[in-house]
Amino acid sequence: MSEAVEIPSGTLTVTRPIGVQFSWRKAIPWLLTGPLLLFMLAFYAVPVVAMLLRSVNDPTWTLAHFHALASDTVFFKVFSNTLYTAFTVTIGALLFGYPLALALVRTPRWAPVILIMILLPFWTSVLVRSYAWMVLMGRHGLINEALLALGTIERPFRILNTPLATQIAMIHILLPYMVLPIANALRQIDPSLPRASSGLGATPWGTFRQITLPLSMSGVAAGMLLVFVLALGFYITPAMLGGPREITLSMLIDLQVDQLNWAYAATLSAVLLATTLAIIGVFYRLPGVSNAFRMGAR
Amino acid sequence: MTAMRALSTTVVGLILLFLTLPIIIVVVVSFSSATYLTFPPPALGLRWYAAYFGSEAWLQSTWLSIWVAAVVVVLATILGTLAALGVAHLPKPLRVLASTLILSPLIVPGIIVAIGIYYAFAQYGLVGSPVGLILAHTCLAVPFVVTSVSASLAGIDPRLEQAALSLGATPTGAFFQITLPLIRPGVLVGALFAFITSFDELIVAIYISGSGAVSLPRRMWDDLQFQIEPTIAAVSTLTIVLTAVLMGCAHLLQRRSAT
Repeated sequence: MSEAVEIPSGTLTVTRPIGVQFSWRKAIPWLLTGPLLLFMLAFYAVPVVAMLLRSVNDPTWTLAHFHALASDTVFFKVFSNTLYTAFTVTIGALLFGYPLALALVRTPRWAPVILIMILLPFWTSVLVRSYAWMVLMGRHGLINEALLALGTIERPFRILNTPLATQIAMIHILLPYMVLPIANALRQIDPSLPRASSGLGATPWGTFRQITLPLSMSGVAAGMLLVFVLALGFYITPAMLGGPREITLSMLIDLQVDQLNWAYAATLSAVLLATTLAIIGVFYRLPGVSNAFRMGAR
Repeated sequence: MTAMRALSTTVVGLILLFLTLPIIIVVVVSFSSATYLTFPPPALGLRWYAAYFGSEAWLQSTWLSIWVAAVVVVLATILGTLAALGVAHLPKPLRVLASTLILSPLIVPGIIVAIGIYYAFAQYGLVGSPVGLILAHTCLAVPFVVTSVSASLAGIDPRLEQAALSLGATPTGAFFQITLPLIRPGVLVGALFAFITSFDELIVAIYISGSGAVSLPRRMWDDLQFQIEPTIAAVSTLTIVLTAVLMGCAHLLQRRSAT
C-alpha cells in the first residue's frame, strides 16, 4: 500500500516540461497557418508572381516591355477606356446606390424586402447576370420590344455590344458594393442629430445636406473605392456585352495570352495590378474608409 | 411633403426594378415554349428544362461542378479555419503578410489570377483536370472562410475559454468544448461561401478547364459564344435557385450568430 503511494521524485520533474511546452505554444500559430500559406503559395501566389515576372525577364532581365508601353497607342486607348468605364460605373452606382441605402435605413418596415431585393441578384453569379442583360438588351429583348410597343422607336436599336450595355450591366452587378457601405455609415448616424436639426428649423433638404450627407461620406468613399477597384478588373461582362472596339484591359490581356504573347500579357497585368493597388493605397487612408470598406466587403 | 414622398418612393421602386428585373426575366424566359429567345414568351412550357435534363453534356458539367465544389468546401474549410485560428497569434509583421496573402484573391483582378494559374498549371500538367480546378478554386474560396471564421472568433468572450482552463480543462478540451461550438456558425457560413465561389467560378475555368474538366459556368460560357438559346436560361434559373437557397442559409446563420 505505502509502496503504491510513493512517487519517485524523478517523474515529478518530467510531468512539467516547462521549456518544451513553451516552445510548443509558440509553434501552434505557425502549425495552424502554415498549411494554408504553403497551399496558397504553391497554387496561387507563386504562379501569379512567376507570370508577372515575364514582364521583366523575357528573354533576359529588361524594362523594355514597360518602355514599349509608353509609345503603345493600343494600350493607351484600352487603358483610358478601362478607367473611363470604371469611373462611369462608379458614378452610376453612386446615383442608384445612395437613394437605395437611404430607403434601406429609413424605412424599417420595408427594409427586409429591400434587403432581399438587393441580395438576391448579389448572390447570382456574374455570368448569369450578364446573360440576363443579354436577354434584356437583345434585338428582340424586353427593352426593344417595350420601346417599340410604346412607339418611342420605330425599329429595334442596338444596345447589345455597345459600351452602354457593359456599363448598365456592371452598375447592376456592382450596386450592392455601393449600397452596403453607405447603409452602414447611415446607420451609425446618431438619430438625435437630424432631429435636433429639424427642431431648430431646418428643412428636410437642409437637414439632409448639412447633417446626413456629410456624416455618410465615409460610406460613400468606401463604396466608390470598392466599386471602382472591382470595375477595373472586370472581364466577363465587357467580354459578353461590350463593343468589339471598346475593350478593357482585362480583355486585352486575354487576347495576348491567346496569341501566347506572355511578356506583353504580363506587362499589362502588372499595370492593371499596380493601378488597382495604388488606388486602394491612396484612398484606404481616408478617415473611416478602411472600416466601412471591411464592413461593406463582407 | 407628400409629393416628395411619392417621388422618392417612385425613384427607389425604379431602382429596385432595375435590380430584380433581369433575374425575373431569365426565370420567365426559361419557361418559354419558343424555340428561340423572345420576349414575352408566346406560351409557357418546360421544353428547355427537358433539353437540359436530356443533355449528357449539361448533366456531366453539372456533376463535375458539384463534386469539385464539394471537395473545395472540405479543403477550404479545413485550411481556412485552422489559419483563422492561428493567424491572429503570429508575430506582427508576419501576421500582416499572411493575412494580405490570404485575402488578396478578393482584390487581385480575376484575369490576372486566371492567367497566372494557367501559366503554372500548364507546366504542372493540371490543365484539363478536375484536380486543377479544385486547387485553384480552393485558393479563391479560402478568403471567405477565413473572414467568416475570424469574425466569429472576434465575437467570442475570451473569459469563456479562461474560465474553462481555470476549471481544469486542457487547452485542447477548451478548444473542442468552448471555442469550436461558438465558431461553428462562422465555419458553416464560410463553407457555404466556399461552395458557391467554386460552383460559380468562371474566369479560371475558361483557362484551365480544357476539354477534360468542363465546369457548368464554362459550358454556359462556351454555349453563349454561339447562341443565346433558352437552355441557358433554364440552367441559370436552376443555379439562381440553388445559390439563393445556400446564401439564404448563410445569411440566417450570420444573423443568428450576430445576435
